[in-house]
Amino acid sequence: MAVVAPNATEIRGLIRKAKRWDVIFVSLGIACLGIGLLTFATLFLDMLIDGWSRLNPEFFTQFPSRRAGQAGILSAWVGTTLVMLVTAFFAVPLGIGAGVYLEEYAPKNWVTDIIEINITNLAGVPSIVYGLLALGLFVYTFGLGQSILTAGLTLALLILPVVIVATREAIRGIPGIIREGAYALGATKLQTVKDHIVPYSTPGILTGVIIGMSRAIGETAPIITIGALTFIAFLPPSPISDVPPFVNFEWLKAPFTVMPIQMFNWTSRPEAAFQHNAAAAGFILVLMTLLMNGLAIWLRYRLRKNIKW
Amino acid sequence: MVNPMATATHASMLGSANPGATAPAVSGDSPPPLKAESRGLDFYYSNSFQALKSIDMPVYENKVTALIGPSGCGKSTFLRCFNRMHDLYAGNRYAGQIVLHPDNTDLLAKDVDPIEVRMRIGMVFQKPNPFPKTIYENVAYGLRVRGMTQKNQLDDKIEESLRGAALWDEVKHRLGEMGSNLSGGQQQRLCIARALATDPEILLFDEPTSALDPIATASIEELVTELKKKVTILIVTHNMQQAARVSDYTAYMYIGELMEFDKTDTIFFKPKRKETEDYITGRFG
Ligand SMILES: Nc1ncnc2c1ncn2[C@@H]1O[C@H](COP(=O)(O)OP(=O)(O)OP(=O)(O)O)[C@@H](O)[C@H]1O
Ligand SMILES: [Mg+2]
Repeated sequence: MAVVAPNATEIRGLIRKAKRWDVIFVSLGIACLGIGLLTFATLFLDMLIDGWSRLNPEFFTQFPSRRAGQAGILSAWVGTTLVMLVTAFFAVPLGIGAGVYLEEYAPKNWVTDIIEINITNLAGVPSIVYGLLALGLFVYTFGLGQSILTAGLTLALLILPVVIVATREAIRGIPGIIREGAYALGATKLQTVKDHIVPYSTPGILTGVIIGMSRAIGETAPIITIGALTFIAFLPPSPISDVPPFVNFEWLKAPFTVMPIQMFNWTSRPEAAFQHNAAAAGFILVLMTLLMNGLAIWLRYRLRKNIKW
Repeated sequence: MVNPMATATHASMLGSANPGATAPAVSGDSPPPLKAESRGLDFYYSNSFQALKSIDMPVYENKVTALIGPSGCGKSTFLRCFNRMHDLYAGNRYAGQIVLHPDNTDLLAKDVDPIEVRMRIGMVFQKPNPFPKTIYENVAYGLRVRGMTQKNQLDDKIEESLRGAALWDEVKHRLGEMGSNLSGGQQQRLCIARALATDPEILLFDEPTSALDPIATASIEELVTELKKKVTILIVTHNMQQAARVSDYTAYMYIGELMEFDKTDTIFFKPKRKETEDYITGRFG
């Protein structure tokens, strides 16, 4: 038997009481998590069951059609993929550039403060407002048309604040002493940014990019505002061809549709058969988002493994 | 608080035609050649707080100079002036000079690029701060910044630096592993190797062993003694025994002023000022 101090029972009583809160908190946490997971699983399964009859290879290779049984999501998933490519192409470098500038270069004064407040606010602006801005700016002023390029640029604007904020947060997570270590070896600011700051904040930036892209992939309002078609039975011109110069950018100017619009279109049809199409498309859309998140988690894990301070 | 000795040194410097030949404030026989000297150095942080007050201090070539004094007296601030680390943060201000010999460059001059200063003067930090890169890339970084790209050149230099930091035998078979996988003491030696790779003229150490256990501390101390054959060393330490063991000269600082500078033996056994003695014997600080 261990020697027990005189007030041990009292201490144990205290610990037991304190630990009770642990149990309560854990139960609450699990309950919250459960509600979230259950809601998502129900929606996901419901769409899967509703759309099950339509989930066959033809669904991916057919254009929309007046007959529900022959309608597919070919133009929608190709459109979504291309728009996402354009979005990433513009949002990632711009967002990282802005984030790095604000954290590493910008003087800390009231101008930077105002920019900072603005960026945070931008993240909360309703997406339809971005749609209106894009309609005026990209479609009419720049004459880019109701094209994949316009949609990609619009969604890039929409997720830019998320990428910027994630970049800044990731950079702030790098200990000052690592930065000083680089400077102490005679590195310039650009060398420090390029060899240290950006590589070490990549996992965090990636998270922001994926969160942004997951939001963008499901956006409907701004895409409708700029005038995406709801029914489209052809694909944009292929970006690669067998005649020189082998690549072309005609597809950027092509009209298009995206997954959520295709879904919206089908749900607004009176025939019940189209509801199955909508459910199937919804299931695929969620799957695309999940895949993107999965990729992000995997990449983040790979990259973070090597970053220890 | 006035420091008569520092004031006297300052005055003699101002009167001297050749700054390099200034008589330093050291007791005993003629001092070794100067590597650098601080002249009337004031330093102000961006909040206008004056952290250093008119510091005059010689740094002798191939000697170890220890900076001691109570917490917050300005040791780190002083050390970080030597490689212009304070330039990284807006609003910090220096006045006075730190002259580097033999070329008599004022390290603090506006037209002297801090990056050039940092290429000549290396630094080892209190907490080991290896980059989250491989051991090889950690040591290679300073060389890469200087434009070295040839693999065999890099390999040679990296081996030499790791040997110099007494780490080679422990890591020669694992150069491709992450630097952060090493133990604390090994990480600190990696940081020393990283600083050594570029052949600095002065190495600054800011409490390099305060995050390490006694064995790792002993190996770093041994290393410092070994390194002074090649490079001049300035070291901040809170450990009086460490200062006594590794340093040739010791500076005692108090609230931003240099109270006393002398040979380490003199500072520890025959300090001229009461305050120094009190601090060293632990009656204060
Ligand atoms: N960034 C800063 N801005 C304003 N004042 C500072 C800053 N850094 C340090 N100081 C002040 O400058 C003085 C000297 O600090 P310094 O870090 O040089 O002390 P130190 O001697 O290295 O202390 P320690 O032994 O605790 O490391 C302290 O009074 C400190 O509060
Ligand atoms: Mg300090």
